Amino acid sequence: MNAPMPPQQQVTNLDVNVSSMGSSFPEEVLEHVLSFITSHTDRNIVSLVCKSWYDIERWCRRRIFVGNCYAVSPAIVIRRFPEVRSVEVKGKPHFADFNLVPDGWGGYFYPWICEMAKACPWLEEIRLKRMVVTDECLELIAKSFKNFKVLVLSSCEGFSTDGLAAIAANCRDLRELDLRESDVEDLSGRWLSHFPNSCTSLQSLNISCLSSEISFSVLQHLIARSPNLKTLRLNRAVPLEKLYTLLHRAPQLVELGTGAYSAEIRSDVYTNLTDAFSRCKELKGLSGFWDVVPSYLPALYSVCSRLTSLNLSYATIQSPDVTKIITLCPNLQSLSVLDYIEDTGLNAVSLSCKDLRELRVFPSDPFVADANVSLTEQGLVDVSEGCTKLQSVLYFCRQMSNSALSSIAKNRPNLTCFRLCILEPRAPDYLTFEPLDSGFGAIVDHCKQLQRLSLSGLLTDRVFEYIGKRAKKLEMLSIAFAGDTDLGLHHVLSGCDSLRKLEIRDCPFGDKALLANVSKLETMRSLWMSSCSVSLGACKRLSQKMPRLNVEVIDEQGDLDSRPDSCHVEKLYVYRSVAGPRFDMPSFIRTMGQNPAYRRKKKKADP
Amino acid sequence: MFRLGGGGSGGGGGGGCDYGDEEGLELGLGLSLTSGAYASSSNGAISSQVIGWPPVKTYRMNSLVNQAKFSKNEGEKGASGNDNLTKKKNINHEDKNDEMVTKETGHSGFVKVNMDGLPIGRKVDLNAHDCYETLAQALEIMFLKASTSAKFIRAEKHQRSRLLDGSSDFVLTYEDKEGDWMLVGDVPWRMFLGTVKRLRIMQTSDANGLGTFRVDKTQKMAKLANWVTG
Repeated sequence: MNAPMPPQQQVTNLDVNVSSMGSSFPEEVLEHVLSFITSHTDRNIVSLVCKSWYDIERWCRRRIFVGNCYAVSPAIVIRRFPEVRSVEVKGKPHFADFNLVPDGWGGYFYPWICEMAKACPWLEEIRLKRMVVTDECLELIAKSFKNFKVLVLSSCEGFSTDGLAAIAANCRDLRELDLRESDVEDLSGRWLSHFPNSCTSLQSLNISCLSSEISFSVLQHLIARSPNLKTLRLNRAVPLEKLYTLLHRAPQLVELGTGAYSAEIRSDVYTNLTDAFSRCKELKGLSGFWDVVPSYLPALYSVCSRLTSLNLSYATIQSPDVTKIITLCPNLQSLSVLDYIEDTGLNAVSLSCKDLRELRVFPSDPFVADANVSLTEQGLVDVSEGCTKLQSVLYFCRQMSNSALSSIAKNRPNLTCFRLCILEPRAPDYLTFEPLDSGFGAIVDHCKQLQRLSLSGLLTDRVFEYIGKRAKKLEMLSIAFAGDTDLGLHHVLSGCDSLRKLEIRDCPFGDKALLANVSKLETMRSLWMSSCSVSLGACKRLSQKMPRLNVEVIDEQGDLDSRPDSCHVEKLYVYRSVAGPRFDMPSFIRTMGQNPAYRRKKKKADP
Repeated sequence: MFRLGGGGSGGGGGGGCDYGDEEGLELGLGLSLTSGAYASSSNGAISSQVIGWPPVKTYRMNSLVNQAKFSKNEGEKGASGNDNLTKKKNINHEDKNDEMVTKETGHSGFVKVNMDGLPIGRKVDLNAHDCYETLAQALEIMFLKASTSAKFIRAEKHQRSRLLDGSSDFVLTYEDKEGDWMLVGDVPWRMFLGTVKRLRIMQTSDANGLGTFRVDKTQKMAKLANWVTG
């Protein structure tokens, strides 16, 4: 969120509470106009026009998005937007997904819920990503908001099924409970029975990350009394043979995540399943598919022609089976698969799925050097050729060439997100053994709308020169095992005008580039650098030069105070903030420029 | 205008101490990641052992681990293993009636793991494993540190985790429900799941005392066995 700038002097006699006629602009009209402006950026800009617009806007802002929970303080946010109904907050840095952020780093939701419980009794929606949410937080949510409707916890942790029970029991009008990929202490499946019989408002339920069995009859009854249920993502423990009874009770489903997709091969199970799927005329998205038994896949065929989204990325089935089902889905827009699909499967996709917008191919065996499947750069090239609407790619593979990247770039200049992971770090062009600089250069050259890019393979400073020159719309860049010198980082920081998030690991980037681009960092949300060559002294200097940045150094060895300034820091996280340094850090994280004694005094423990 | 002096900062340049003294953190752990953790090809070679690489979410890795076990149980890799349907994951299908069955272990997935010499702990999902071997191998993966200049270690053939066979400088221990520290691997897996509170990778020298302590626990274990099975 932007800190407000001083308002321009008003020429007219407009004041804050104007509602009179004549030349002044009634508040109600402006409010009505603003109700059509929903984008956070646009609302922020509106609030900067003048003081009265700032005031009117803040009173009618209903949705808040906080991209970094430490960039602002909850109290100030809530005070500024007292009528907020929907809050979205993100916590840990993205690399936390890959175990690079140590336990206890932070991202606690508790301070936020405390403020909101006091001040926002009409709050309806909470969406969190990579935050620590305790049962106490969930209980506070359950008790504090009479109209609470939506809870989305994406990659969160710190809570148990007891907290979920509190939500289920108390949120009378709950519409959406989505736990996607959260780390839940799963004590038992009993929490689901805490939904009272009177609760009929559920529209979306995602419990796919839970491992405990749920009472099937409870689940069945909940689904039966939720006529508006559109999204249902079951967990693995829900058995396939009983899935049909759930589908019978929810033929209106638009998105379904199955449980384990395996059962003894029995014709009655097969028939029930086939029949149940055929009744789901609204079904557009499928996911789940753990432990797939291929013989049961044909049960889905009746819905394939309507599918726009298919996530088979947990389905360990071989190419012929996975290809068969995908080629029956001509309306597919989003596809996630394992690399079992192989080049032949992707070739089939390129011929059948002409509406494809997003492709994700995950590795089935990430730690094996030699290919266990025949998936190469060719699969991606084919899809880039055949699927003209392709915008977003996440692709894990074992070999890549500059010529392939060049083809992909020329075929698909409309790419907005390109994330390539060649499994072996620093792998060169497998044909020429050269770095992949020119290939990625082609990507940023042709794909002028590129917003997100992840690099891999052997890369020199040159690729960053290309990126700095061309990738003007790039907002998020992920770099690993790349570059030669500080010049690489300098190219990026000085060239990428739209850069908001930069995350770097294991690159020889250090002090010079960082200190030459300090102002840039205040225009970004955050910078993460781990296992690079940044010295402790440079971190201190950065913090001195830029007081509105929090420069956090993570030191897993303990005792940063005794290290010389020349020492390289292991992990560095820099982000802009109007809230000042945070005080909820564990001992192995230090904010540069912060007096340790003062910090200890202020430290508040998280309950 | 930004100008680089001659040389710039290369991969370990800039002087001063380098982080992560590799010798100090050498665990002497076995390098076999594959067969236990994933249904793998016969070639056990590993491309790299660096934390967080390749960038696959922990959530996804746990899921794959679970499924690899599933198909490994069938004796084959991938879909061909799935064709053998008479064996199923016992959690899902043995229960015929509608009543809820609490998980056998009554235990939630993630427990904290700390290693001597590292202030940072990690968490491991015990539900993702069905035997000590895969758990130990997962911990070996987790606790190999990323270095400033990443090392790529070529694996030898699959070996039993040295955390379990006593040949490394470190052993794997756990704290049970009664607060006692025990060597991992002594009791049946399910019993272990029912009693483990957290794990610790301990220096072998410190763990020697656990051996004798274990003898005194026999009676306690017998009581525990009754609690678990009875």
